[in-house]
Amino acid sequence: MSLNYDQAVEKYEPTLGLEVHVELNTKSKMFCSCSTEFGGAPNTQTCPVCLGLPGALPVVNGKAIESTILIGLALNCSIAPFSRFARKNYFYPDMPKNFQTSQYDEPICVNGYLDVEIETDEGVKPFRVEIERVHMEEDTGKSLHVGGATGRIHGADYSLLDYNRAGIPLVEIVTKIVGGTGKYAPQVARAYVTELRDILRSLGVSDVKMEQGSMRCDVNLSLAPIGSGELGTRSETKNVNSLRSVERAVIGEVVRQSNRLQDGERIVQETRHFQEESGQTRSGRSKEQAEDYRYFPEPDLVPVVPDSAWIEELRATLPEKPSTRRARLQAEWSVPDKEMTSLVNAGLLDVVEETITIGADPTRARSWWLGEVSRLANEREVDPTTLITPSQVAEVISLIASGDLTDKLARQVVEGVIAGEGTPVEVIAERGLKVVSDDGALMTAIAAAIASQPDTAERVRGGNIPAAGALIGAVMKATGGQADAAKVRELLLKHLGQGE
Amino acid sequence: MTTIRSSASEMAAALANGETTSVELTEGHYAQIEKVDAQVHAFLYLDKEGALAQAADVDAKRKSGVELSPLAGIPLALKDVLAQKGIPTTCGSKMLEGWRPPYDSTVVSKLKAAGIVILGKTNMDEFAMGSSTENSAYGVTHNPWDLTRIPGGSGGGSSAALAAFEAPLAIGTDTGGSIRQPAAVTGTVGVKPTYGGVSRYGLIAFSSSLDQAGPCARTVLDAALLHEVIAGHDERDSTSIDAPVPQVVKAAKKLDVKGMKIGVVKELQGEGFQSGVLSKFHEGLDALVAAGAELVEVSCPTFDYALAAYYLIAPSECSSNLARFDSMRYGIRIGDDGNRSAEEVMKLTRHEGFGPEVKRRIILGTYALSSGYYDAYYGSAQKVRTLLMRDFNAAFAQADVLVSPTAPTTAFKIGANDNDPLAMYLNDIATIPVNMAGIGGMSLPCGLAEEDGLPVGFQIMSPAMRDDLMYQVGGTLEAALLSKWGGPLLDKAPVLAGN
Amino acid sequence: MAAISRDDVAHLAKLARIEMSDSELDHLAQEMDVILGAVARVQEVASADVPPTSHPIPVNNVVREDVVRPSLTPQEALSGAPAQSEDRFKVPQILGEE
Repeated sequence: MSLNYDQAVEKYEPTLGLEVHVELNTKSKMFCSCSTEFGGAPNTQTCPVCLGLPGALPVVNGKAIESTILIGLALNCSIAPFSRFARKNYFYPDMPKNFQTSQYDEPICVNGYLDVEIETDEGVKPFRVEIERVHMEEDTGKSLHVGGATGRIHGADYSLLDYNRAGIPLVEIVTKIVGGTGKYAPQVARAYVTELRDILRSLGVSDVKMEQGSMRCDVNLSLAPIGSGELGTRSETKNVNSLRSVERAVIGEVVRQSNRLQDGERIVQETRHFQEESGQTRSGRSKEQAEDYRYFPEPDLVPVVPDSAWIEELRATLPEKPSTRRARLQAEWSVPDKEMTSLVNAGLLDVVEETITIGADPTRARSWWLGEVSRLANEREVDPTTLITPSQVAEVISLIASGDLTDKLARQVVEGVIAGEGTPVEVIAERGLKVVSDDGALMTAIAAAIASQPDTAERVRGGNIPAAGALIGAVMKATGGQADAAKVRELLLKHLGQGE
Repeated sequence: MTTIRSSASEMAAALANGETTSVELTEGHYAQIEKVDAQVHAFLYLDKEGALAQAADVDAKRKSGVELSPLAGIPLALKDVLAQKGIPTTCGSKMLEGWRPPYDSTVVSKLKAAGIVILGKTNMDEFAMGSSTENSAYGVTHNPWDLTRIPGGSGGGSSAALAAFEAPLAIGTDTGGSIRQPAAVTGTVGVKPTYGGVSRYGLIAFSSSLDQAGPCARTVLDAALLHEVIAGHDERDSTSIDAPVPQVVKAAKKLDVKGMKIGVVKELQGEGFQSGVLSKFHEGLDALVAAGAELVEVSCPTFDYALAAYYLIAPSECSSNLARFDSMRYGIRIGDDGNRSAEEVMKLTRHEGFGPEVKRRIILGTYALSSGYYDAYYGSAQKVRTLLMRDFNAAFAQADVLVSPTAPTTAFKIGANDNDPLAMYLNDIATIPVNMAGIGGMSLPCGLAEEDGLPVGFQIMSPAMRDDLMYQVGGTLEAALLSKWGGPLLDKAPVLAGN
Repeated sequence: MAAISRDDVAHLAKLARIEMSDSELDHLAQEMDVILGAVARVQEVASADVPPTSHPIPVNNVVREDVVRPSLTPQEALSGAPAQSEDRFKVPQILGEE
């Protein structure tokens, strides 16, 4: 008998560790002046340095250091008074020098924390995720595997390498061990990555686009029997490239590991790969024979020794913290806790704020994004913010407010916009979704309804107001749903002598 | 009358007053190369076309009155460890056979900008690892003083080219003595500038924290002139010093050491030093005293550990620096039969592409950095480095410059140390501390050892960023010895018969 | 006692990605033993109170401006490639992790 998630967390306590890699949005690479632009033709953004040509030397991008310190400050870290780059030595064809210039025992930011909020059975609760370190390193090139049956590495005939991405600045943010989450481990993981993403976005240091790979998450997870006080063997799941996947990967690993433990098997310390389709993880390279990276201080680079005045200067430029901003917006919009948490966890705060800034009513803006748009996004398994823009949502809301759309019509408009039929106005025109508000046209439909149901009309005249429903329904049907039901009701009752 | 035996400064004067042209000088040197290089084997590649074009360009500029740098139009031999755009650059390794860099090293850019004519690339121990050029994948270079002997290493090609009058100037690189020891055993001048004084951009790294390019010449003044061409801050090298270049040409011309304190390093003149080397070294000291300098004995107790520390730090850094030679992006590729994996092809290529000394050092370095051994080996070596710097600081508190013999022996026979890596490593015992501390070091000839008639090198060490001091002392010593000998030491070398 | 065994050398050769025959491993194990014996003496003076030196000249905070400069052309970048295809470096099949 296999355990499901709920059963698993009744028996086992999960412990998390999250490593997030973020590509900084500097114009040039970490150690050379090649462009970092995404999507260039192969090997058009390379030079002797990022190709690792013999004799080439790295020089650090000052902006990358500044961005990393900003991240550290935003994550409540201490900024190391002395920090150094180190070489991480291992062979891999997508890494031009066969070492990665990274930081090892002297990272630039250490010992921070990030507070997140999660929805629990007892309401919204805060949770503190402690940060071990924030350090700088460089990205690798990209390989394309050609031939073979599946196009995957195994069975590929050869590989083609493009080094445009090699040397793009990466910041790695590593948490300390995250324990005590209990069954909320998936929510904590997701809330942490979401909050982190929001902070990085507010700092303007990264595009934080998980789908483009500018933010990537590795999830370390281990289980131990509840109450044992032990720490189990962990797996490291890579390729977790959406907020939703972070949550699913944790669930997937909890279920997999608990079933292994349940069956008396041991957990292998290994790298696993998240499968977007199934939500499962698949075994990668075993780390039992641990790599020996032979770290040593990078002799081609000099130490980074930030002076405190500079750090304070950077601290002064920190934007409003996302948590502070949330509290402010929650008060401004008078949103209940639970709904606020939903908005934040769904990653909808920015778009809702924007929608409201354009002029939409706060309540309606929230309900459209959390409701209809999210529902359609779920159906399509995509991020709601990729479907429709805040200005389009605001436009729809304003058309409802002006009486040009009913809620029902508005849903069709949103659906049309998402289907790529154009702007709301274009969809309305194309689909002919205008509310029938011409009294004459409505009166004709009302007269027809009364004529076809004289008995019902008589009952309404006699004071049986609820009976009007059938007549209103007939009018709505006759107008193809484009009439404003309230207006129809008003006209009908007046016509039958029941108006106020 | 200028000949190929003239100094670069004399050639420069002859160019300036129209007595000769750069094309003429360049052709004269190619003629000498053609005549003697089959015996010496100093060069791996000759860029006759490029060199003559550069020479013609300089001549044209000179004719039209354009202001030129002092060494414009002078030919030069370039150690094959520096990248030169479009010109085969092998580092003496099979690994890089046929590789033509798509960029110029900073040193090459500066040479080109100064109008210096690069004749070709010179032979060296593979990836600069060695003291004899016997580790070159392209054959050994022979010492012009005695063709059965080594020309020193790793930059034996550059020093042999100077001694055989195939070029008046050369560029070397010095990680543990690769400029100074070849200079010593060929009777030429070689300078390792302060670490960071000359950009390492485009210098194919052996050991990044020790490597330094520098000038090689037949006179101290020529070395100084070339030093000022290649030195200076480079934003492409993070370890390059952002300060004015010491005025080494001015210092080389001073010819005055009155009142200067010369520190004689106690630990670098005892056991293991050939008697003829020591006696010539002492003649050099006498000449300095006669010129008005004061000798002080200084002790650097940690020097005894320098060699051991060097043979941990240099291999460690090289194991990482040479990882990039994996046949994926450049260089040779072995065993790619369509079935083997990238990993297997890398292994086969590195087996075939690297010679035994390179492999030995990569393995040693891999060991010294590996987990569990790092602290005992690499970490301890870095501490020795600190102690060496303290020794130097204490010594420089007592003396303006320090001196020692450059190498413990004169040039040994080719093949003599084939089976004994440790004996070979001992050649660098006096030069290594300089690299470890990042200070400046120079070797200039101080005579011929009585027992074998071969040149002996005199080493002058100056504090970091005070390269001018070693030029001042070197220039003075050279002048004193020249008047004693009645001419350049190289006049005593056998004239190579040629083909 | 040998400080380093043949198996140790084999492991190092694997880390360093160098193919080695049995006889090369044997030979190198012997040499390494001698060399390590000689260099191990650094430990005699490397006491805990001595700080390590990794850069000979003390310089800190060398950075460059975040400015894009021209890259090599793909032709230049690929000029030394043993094999290429579609403006990419063509390499044998890559094993190991995905």
